Parts: sequence; structure tokens; C-alpha cells
Amino acid sequence: MLKITKPVWVFLFFALGLTLAFPLFGEPFYIELLTNIMIIAIFAMSLDLLVGFTGLVSLGHAAFFGIGAYCLAIFFGQSDQFSLWAALPVCLTGAALAAVIIGLISIRTSGVYFIMLTLAFAQMFYYFFFESKHFNGDDGIFMLAKPEVKLGSLQLMDLGNEVTFYYFTLGIMVAVFLFLIMIIRAPFGQVITGICVNEQRVRSLGYATQRYKFVSFVIAGTLAGLAGFLEAAHSGFITPSYLSWHESGAILVVLILGGLGTLYGPIIGAVVLVLLEDFLPDLTDHWKVLLGGIIILIVLFLPNGVSSLSGKLFRRKIFTASKPQR
Amino acid sequence: MDTNNTILKIEGLSKSFGALKAVSNVSLKFEQGVVHAIIGPNGAGKTTLINLLSGELQPSEGSIHYKGHDLTHASPNRISRLGIGRSYQKTNIFPQFSNLQNCFIASQSRLKSSMRFFRPARRSKEVMERAVKALEMTHLSRQTERVAASLSYGEQRQLEIAMMLATEPELMLLDEPLAGMGSEEAMKIIELLKELAKTQTLILVEHDMDAIFAIADQLTVMVNGIVLETGTVSQIRCSQAVQEAYLGEEEDGECLLT
Repeated sequence: MLKITKPVWVFLFFALGLTLAFPLFGEPFYIELLTNIMIIAIFAMSLDLLVGFTGLVSLGHAAFFGIGAYCLAIFFGQSDQFSLWAALPVCLTGAALAAVIIGLISIRTSGVYFIMLTLAFAQMFYYFFFESKHFNGDDGIFMLAKPEVKLGSLQLMDLGNEVTFYYFTLGIMVAVFLFLIMIIRAPFGQVITGICVNEQRVRSLGYATQRYKFVSFVIAGTLAGLAGFLEAAHSGFITPSYLSWHESGAILVVLILGGLGTLYGPIIGAVVLVLLEDFLPDLTDHWKVLLGGIIILIVLFLPNGVSSLSGKLFRRKIFTASKPQR
Repeated sequence: MDTNNTILKIEGLSKSFGALKAVSNVSLKFEQGVVHAIIGPNGAGKTTLINLLSGELQPSEGSIHYKGHDLTHASPNRISRLGIGRSYQKTNIFPQFSNLQNCFIASQSRLKSSMRFFRPARRSKEVMERAVKALEMTHLSRQTERVAASLSYGEQRQLEIAMMLATEPELMLLDEPLAGMGSEEAMKIIELLKELAKTQTLILVEHDMDAIFAIADQLTVMVNGIVLETGTVSQIRCSQAVQEAYLGEEEDGECLLT
């Protein structure tokens, strides 16, 4: 169940304020890095809905990220001028359709079988793009332009500007965060969090659990497609590696590192992992060994992710919260 | 004889697990407003029968009809929606959630659909009232916010029943509702079941004979998957076959457990 305590909200608002102010003093390199972090955070949050709140562990979530990105590249990559209002719906629809197809089949299974099916589907899509000459195979696709944000003839934002893109991504990340909080607190969220804990009981209470799992899968896939769209628009370059199972695994690591079932955990996980990947290579050529060691230490000592630090700092004993009986 | 009062009718119901026939050719009728207890030694197939009725297991043979609906191969969620609630012998709750949250999820299942994404669930007065009422009925209302995992075993059993009540079922399948409860709680729950029996139909699997004699109208005795005897409580108490199966052949004379 989603519980965001007061100290966490204070921390989140503080972090938001800092992020809003960052471009005023931050170096361009770090503005771009933060944009990347926020895109990864959106991607990881979408996976949190699936893994942390519905209890479905997917090892193919990068498929939707990649399909969102490829939709942008395929339909708009060759045009030197195109609108966000056209591109965004196309990318979201593409990812959603893929999620519907994969979801319809894989949601019937659970546990290890679900993991294997999502992995297999993601690899199918990966090899499709990898082998298809039409989409440049593993050379990938370069985008000619960035989406235009216009209202009539009035330009609202210039996404070619790195700082503007930074705020654009920040806005979407906050929106996705609030959207997920909303649906998790709504009746739908009550059902999926119940499924996460005890699916059989939820079914015997009268819920068609498959349907709720499917809808959760499609929402998660669509939001991953949104992250993929942002990544493609930001970097202007799309390759099949976006869909590879390394990506699916890496985003799972971000999520577990940050903390499952928290929604802010994925953001923290993205910050930690990207900053480590940025900082560690300066120390040694064998930085990946260091990174692996740090991940193991975090999982060992903070099994609920880095975000559980807040609970450790502001300890609240849930088991003695109410009066002892009798 | 098929009276209008029959709410649930099972015919020739069987369930096999490999070579084992857990339930074998069981035909029973359950009347509306009647408390029907099922007793029998361990392994008699009582829980399997309940699982067949609630849709958790699919029968190998036979049929189940409830108020004109064919439930033979219905899913647990459909059966629940039609007004059949159940409680489990092995506590089956959401341990990480508070008592209120447990009952809230149960209560929310009576909404037409929970595919709602905007308004916070907790704002629904109707759902909340049902959940709170279920906690009150099971004497848990003083600990609504306690995490279910931290409850005593007996209290978890109460919560188990509360969750069933929060779905406001018309027919209740109670699988050993009193198992593991202290005598004080058990008394309270027996009182509650008596109260429920006035308006609803109960099918009760139980080992506690005192409880059965206190609330049951009809009694069915199962042994090795088959129905040995079924009838009113007083009929069964004096049945020779039941005496032999239940108490062993050496025991003689008196009526069962008087």
C-alpha cells in the first residue's frame, strides 16, 4: 500500500524546489544528465506500478520504452518539422498497443512464467528492429528535428533548447508521479495492491483479478512508452538496444535500488544509479566491479531500497501505532 | 422434492485428485434461511466441498445450482458477486494491511466496478460504512488501524469473518470459523452467527459440537468423501450409522454427543 509520510513529502518538495532552481546555476552537462535521470525515473515509476503495486515482475519492460522511442523515429524521424500534439499520441498509442498484445497473452501466467514470457516478447521486438533493414537495423535512426510545441502559430516551448527540455521533462515526471498516486488511491489501486499481497483472496472477494492486472500492465507499458518518447526526443537517436533485455534488467535494478512500491523510490534509484555511473568511471577502469559491489551492499543493508532510509531516519513503529488490545 | 426455498442445490458432485476421490457423488439441498452444518472426521472432504461451492476448485463431475444460476464451472469472483461469501479455515487475509483496509477491499467489491481511476477510494461513504459495520459486528472496531499481521490468531479469525461480512453475502460458506479462537471470542462469534442466521443462509463446517448444536438446523455428516447422513440435528444425533463412523464401533447406545 502506498504510504508517503510527511517527512517524505517535505523532502520531495525540497528536492522539487532544488530541481526547479538547478538550471539557474548548474552546468549544461549536469542539466542534460538530470534530464536523463528524470527520463529513467519516469521509466522506473511505470515499472513500479507493475512490480511494486501489482506484484507482476516483468523482465521485458524495455520493449515499451523502445517502441515508444521507435514510433517517434519511424513516423517523425525523417520530417524536419513535426508537432508534439501529433507525435506524443502516436508514441503512446504504439506502446499501449504493444502492451495490449503482450499483456493479453502473458497476464494469464504468473511468477517465473510471466517473467519468461515478458522477456521473450521483448526479445522478439528487439530482434525485429535489430534485423529490419527498413529501420536501419542495429545502426539505429537519427532524428532530424525535435517536436514543436505550438498552439496555433504561437510557439509555446522550444524543445531544442536543453533547459526548456529539462523543464518539459520535469513537468512530465511530476505529472506521472501524481497520476500514479491518483490511480493507486482510487478503487483501482485498492484492487491491484490487494492482488500484490494475496491475489487468490482478491478473486474470492469478487474481483476479476486478470482484468485489473491487464489494465495495470497496459498503463505501465504506456507510461514506459512515454519515457521512451522523451528519450528519443532528447537524444535524437534511437537504436534497438533501447529494447534489449539489458535495459529491462537495468530498470529493474533502478527500481529495486530505489525501493519497490513507493513511487518516489524509482526517482531516488535513478539519481543514485546514474550518478554512480557518472562518477565511478573517474576512479578506476574497473568501475563496473565497484558499481556491482555498491548495489550488493545497498540490497543487503537496505533491502527495501534507498528510499527506506527515510523510514529508518524517521522511525515510526507501525506495529505499535494503535493501542494494545485489552 | 424441490421446494421454492432451496437456495443451493448440488447433484452428484465429485472431485478427484488423481486416484483420491476427495468428494464422491454428493447431492445436497440447502434451504434459504437455514443453518446447515457439515461435520465429519479429518479428510472427510468438507473443505473440498466448500472449495467446490466457492469456485476455488472445479468439480470433476456433478452440478451446482444457486438461485437458478448454474455455478458448476463458475469462477470464484462470479460466485462471490452472486452473493455467496466464504471464510477460510486457514486464515486468508492481507497481513500487511490494517483491519480497516482488509475490510475495505472486501466491501469495495460490491461496487459495480472498481475500474475507477480518479476519486480516492476512501471517499466512498457506502464502501466505508460496510467495512466499518463488518468490523463492528466482529468486535474489531476498536482496532481498525492495527496491521492485521500483528493481531492474535483468534483476532485474525475474526477479521477473516469480517471480510466475508463486508461483502454482504446472502449465503455464507464458513469453513471452521471458530478454529483457533479463545472461548470468549468463540462465544461472541457464535452469538454473531446466531444473529446472522435469522436473515441469511449459512453453510458451516465446524468441529465444535456445542457451537453446532447451538446454531445449526440441518446437519450433514461426511466420511471419506461421501455423505453418510443428512437431516435435522435431532435426527442425526441418534443415527446408528453416524455413531459407528464418528465414534467408532465400540461405542454403543446413547445419542451422539449429548
